[in-house]
Amino acid sequence: MIGITSYGAYIPRYRMNRKTIFAAIGWFNAATAGAARGEKAVANYDEDSITMAVAAASDCLEGWSRSDIDGLYLSSTTLPYLERQNAAICSEALAFRQDIRTADFMASLKSGTTALIAALDAVRSDDVKNFLVCAADARQGKPGSTMEHTLGDGAAALVVGKDHVIAEFKGSFSLTRDFPDNRRIQEEHFPHTWEERWIRDEGYAKTIPAIIEGLFKKYGLASADFAKVVISYPTADLKNMCKRIGFSEEQVQDNLLSNVGDTGSALSLMMFVAALEGAKPGDKILLCGYGNGGDALFFEVTNEIEKARKRLGIKGHLGIKKELNNYNKYLVFRDLLPVDVGIRGEEITMARMSVTTREGKTLTTLSGSRCKACGTPQYPKQRVCINPECGAIDQMEDYYFFDKIGRIQSFTGDNLAFSWDPPAMYGFIDFEEGGRLYLDITDAELESLEVGLPVKMAYRRKFVDKPRGIYAYFWKAIPVYEANK
Amino acid sequence: MAAGIKDKVAIIGMGCTRFGEFWDKSEQDLIVDAFKEAISDAGIETKDIGAAWFGSCFDEVNVGKGAIPLARALKLPNIPVTRVENFCTTGTEALRGACYAVASGACDVALALGAEKLKDTGYGGLPDFGTMLGTENLFYTPNLTAPGMFGMVAIAYFKKYGLSTEEGKRVLSRISYKSHKNGAMNPRAHIRREVSIDTMMKAPIVAWPLGLFDCCGVSDGAAAAIVVPADRAKEFRKDPVYIKALQLSLTPATGIGHQSWDGVHFESTRIAAINAYKEAGIKKPREEVNLMEVHDCFSISELVTYESLQISPIGKARQDIENGFYDLDGQVPCQSDGGLKCFGHPIGASGIRMVYEIYKQLQGKAEPEQRQIKGNPRLGLAHNHGGICGSLVCSVAILGNEV
Repeated sequence: MIGITSYGAYIPRYRMNRKTIFAAIGWFNAATAGAARGEKAVANYDEDSITMAVAAASDCLEGWSRSDIDGLYLSSTTLPYLERQNAAICSEALAFRQDIRTADFMASLKSGTTALIAALDAVRSDDVKNFLVCAADARQGKPGSTMEHTLGDGAAALVVGKDHVIAEFKGSFSLTRDFPDNRRIQEEHFPHTWEERWIRDEGYAKTIPAIIEGLFKKYGLASADFAKVVISYPTADLKNMCKRIGFSEEQVQDNLLSNVGDTGSALSLMMFVAALEGAKPGDKILLCGYGNGGDALFFEVTNEIEKARKRLGIKGHLGIKKELNNYNKYLVFRDLLPVDVGIRGEEITMARMSVTTREGKTLTTLSGSRCKACGTPQYPKQRVCINPECGAIDQMEDYYFFDKIGRIQSFTGDNLAFSWDPPAMYGFIDFEEGGRLYLDITDAELESLEVGLPVKMAYRRKFVDKPRGIYAYFWKAIPVYEANK
Repeated sequence: MAAGIKDKVAIIGMGCTRFGEFWDKSEQDLIVDAFKEAISDAGIETKDIGAAWFGSCFDEVNVGKGAIPLARALKLPNIPVTRVENFCTTGTEALRGACYAVASGACDVALALGAEKLKDTGYGGLPDFGTMLGTENLFYTPNLTAPGMFGMVAIAYFKKYGLSTEEGKRVLSRISYKSHKNGAMNPRAHIRREVSIDTMMKAPIVAWPLGLFDCCGVSDGAAAAIVVPADRAKEFRKDPVYIKALQLSLTPATGIGHQSWDGVHFESTRIAAINAYKEAGIKKPREEVNLMEVHDCFSISELVTYESLQISPIGKARQDIENGFYDLDGQVPCQSDGGLKCFGHPIGASGIRMVYEIYKQLQGKAEPEQRQIKGNPRLGLAHNHGGICGSLVCSVAILGNEV
C-alpha cells in the first residue's frame, strides 16, 4: 500500500482583517470592496516560503526520526532563491541525511499536487521509502489590487510512504494547459492577472471539471464515491462549481478563503490536510490542484488515521493568531514601503559564504555539542567542555537544539539595534535538557514576554544581505502557543 | 601568590581631555592634548619616555590599527610602542602594560595613553557590532547592542530580587541622579547637568527596561598617564600616586552558554576584585576603599558592580544606593567625576580617565574644589568591564597616595 503516512501544516501567526487593507487603500480601487471580507494570513517580516515549509514539515514530522526521510520535494511559486536549491536549504534545516533526493517544483500553482504525484511515483518505484512533500507560498498582491486581499501565506507538508499509511493513494490524472491566468516574469515581484470573469469562465469552469472527469473516467468513479472533495479554487464560486459537477455542499472542503487566503501552490495540500483532519477510516478524498491545467488524485483513508492526529495542522494553526491591524507595518514587512532604516540599519556586515558552509549544522540545525563526560549540552560546538566543574577536552558528541523546548532566562526589547519590527527582542534561552543560547525572539510582543516563558525553536530569516544575494536563515525562539478554542 | 605590583610603580603625571562630541577634533588632537597635560604635570619631556602603550578599541571608525597613530601623533623617537585592545578595559590594559614594563626594569619612564573617537559613526550608541565578535557570530548571535545586553541583566536582577519594574527603575535612576549631580560640577565632563529622578523615570526606553538616563553617553576623548618606578617617584613630584593592584579577569564565556550563571552578577568582576584586594593588602574593602570609579556604562552595570566588587552585600545594593552610601558625601563616593554617565565612553580612554579622577582626588586636587572628597582619601579603585554580559573581561586597578 502506498499513500500518505503523515501530514502537517503551517499558517503564520499574523492575520489581517481585509477591512484593514480596504480602509487603508480601498479608496484607490473601490471595486476591491467585494474582496474585503474575512481575514488573511500574513507572514512575519522574517518568514518566507522556505521558513514556512520548514515549519509545516516540523509539524508533519512530529515523532519521526529525521534520518528516515529519503527525499524532499518543495513546491512554491515564491521560493527565495532562483539559483541555489531551496529544497536543499530546507533539507539541511530539517536535519535530513545527505543521501536523499531533492527538487524544487516552481512556477505553477498546481506544483503542490505535481510534487505529491512525483513523490508517490518515487515511493512506488521502491527506490525510496519515505518521501516528504512541502508546499509553501507567500505571494504578494500589488497594493490596491484584488489579489492583495485574496492572497494569503501558508504551507503544508505530507509524508508519502508504504508503512502505516493513513490515506491510501488510489490513482491520479493530470492535465496540462497553458492558460495564462496568473503570470510573473523573472524580474517581477507581483503576479499579473486578467479579468476575473474570464478566469472564472474560461479557466476554472472549464479546466477543473475536465480534470475531475478525466480521473472519473480513468478509474470508473462517480461524485457520490467521495466523502470530501478538495479543489484549490480560491474564490467564493467554489461551491457553485462543485454543485455543477455533482458534489453536494457537505462534500466540498472549505477553501480557506475567509481565514487564510489563497496560498497559491500550497492551497491544495493545505486544504487536503484540513480534510484529513476531519476524515474517518474508509473515507474517499478527491484532491484537485489547479494551475496551467491541473492534477487530480484520490485517496482512501485507513484505520491508521487516528494515530496521526497529534499535529497542529490547519485546525491548530488557525487558532494561533495575532491580528496585524496596521497596513503600513504590513507594507514594511513585505518590503513595499521604503522606510528610513537609519545609518545603523544601512550598515550591512559582509556575510561570508565560506563561514556558513564551515559552520554547517551549527547554523542549519542549531547543532552544538554534548559533553560525553558530564552530559552538558552546549552551543555552538565546543571542544573544551563549558561546564566549570568539567572542562573535558575532545569528549564531545553532536547535539541538536532545534527540536528542544527552552525557557526565557532573561530578555530585552532593544530600540537601538536595527530591526524590521522594533524593538528587537532577544534573550537567554535555558533549555529544559540543559544548555543556554543567546537567541532572537520572534512572533511575540514585548509586553507578553516574561522570565520563565516556555519557547520553541523556529527557523527564520536572520538577515538579508541584498548586495551579495544572501538570505541568511537561523533559529529564533517563539513562545509555545496553545491553539485558542 | 606572586608578589604583585603593589608599591612598585607610581604615576607621576596625568592628562585628560574634556570628553564630548568633538566634530572639529581628530584623534590626533585628542592624543596630543592629553599628552601635553600629562608631561607638563610630570615635568618631563618626550625624550624621557622609554616605552609607550596605546589603547584604542573601535579601529574601524577610529584612528586605525596598530600603535603607529600614537607614535606618529607624538613623534615618539623610535621607542617601543604597543597598541592594546580588550573591549572596555582597553585603557586600563594600556596602563597595565606600562606599569609592568616599569616594574620589570625594562624602562624607567613609560607612557600609557588611551584615545577613542566614536562620533564619526553617524548614529548614537557604540558602533554596530558587525563581526566584532567573529565572522561566524553574524550568523548565530542576535544583533546585540550594549544597552540590550544590560537590559537583560536588569530584567534578571529585578526578577531575582523581587523588584517591580517601577521599583527597579527608581533604584537605577537614583544611581544616575547621583552621577549627573557630580558630573554637572566637572568641567571635563561631556554632559554637565543635573537631572531629576522623575525625568529619568519618564525618559524614552532604549532597551527595555533601560531608559535614556540609564545609559552612558557616547563621546570622544583621550587620557594619559606617565609611570615610573615607585622608588624614583619623589624625584619627579612630592605627591605621586602609587599602583596598589592591577588585576584582570575574563570569564571563559560560561555565562552565555551554561545555566550556572544567574544572568546578574559579574563573575570576572568578583574574581578580579578578590585578587586586587589581595594584591593591595585590603582586608575589608567596604571600610578601606575611599572612592571608586566603576564601569557605569548603564545604571544597572553600576548597581551589580557594587555587589560584585563586594562593597555592597549581594542583592542589597539598593539600600546603599538609597542611603546615599555612594554619593559624593557618602561613605564610598562613586563616580565623583560623573562617571561614564556624564563623560561618555570613548572606550580606549575610559579606564585612564577613571584613574585620572582617582589620581586627582588622592592628591586633593579635584576640580572644582566642591568635588573634592572630604577626609583625605587614601585608596581609590577603578573598575572596567566589557565584552558580552556573561562573557566579560574585567579590570580592577587600585591606587593609593602612600607607600
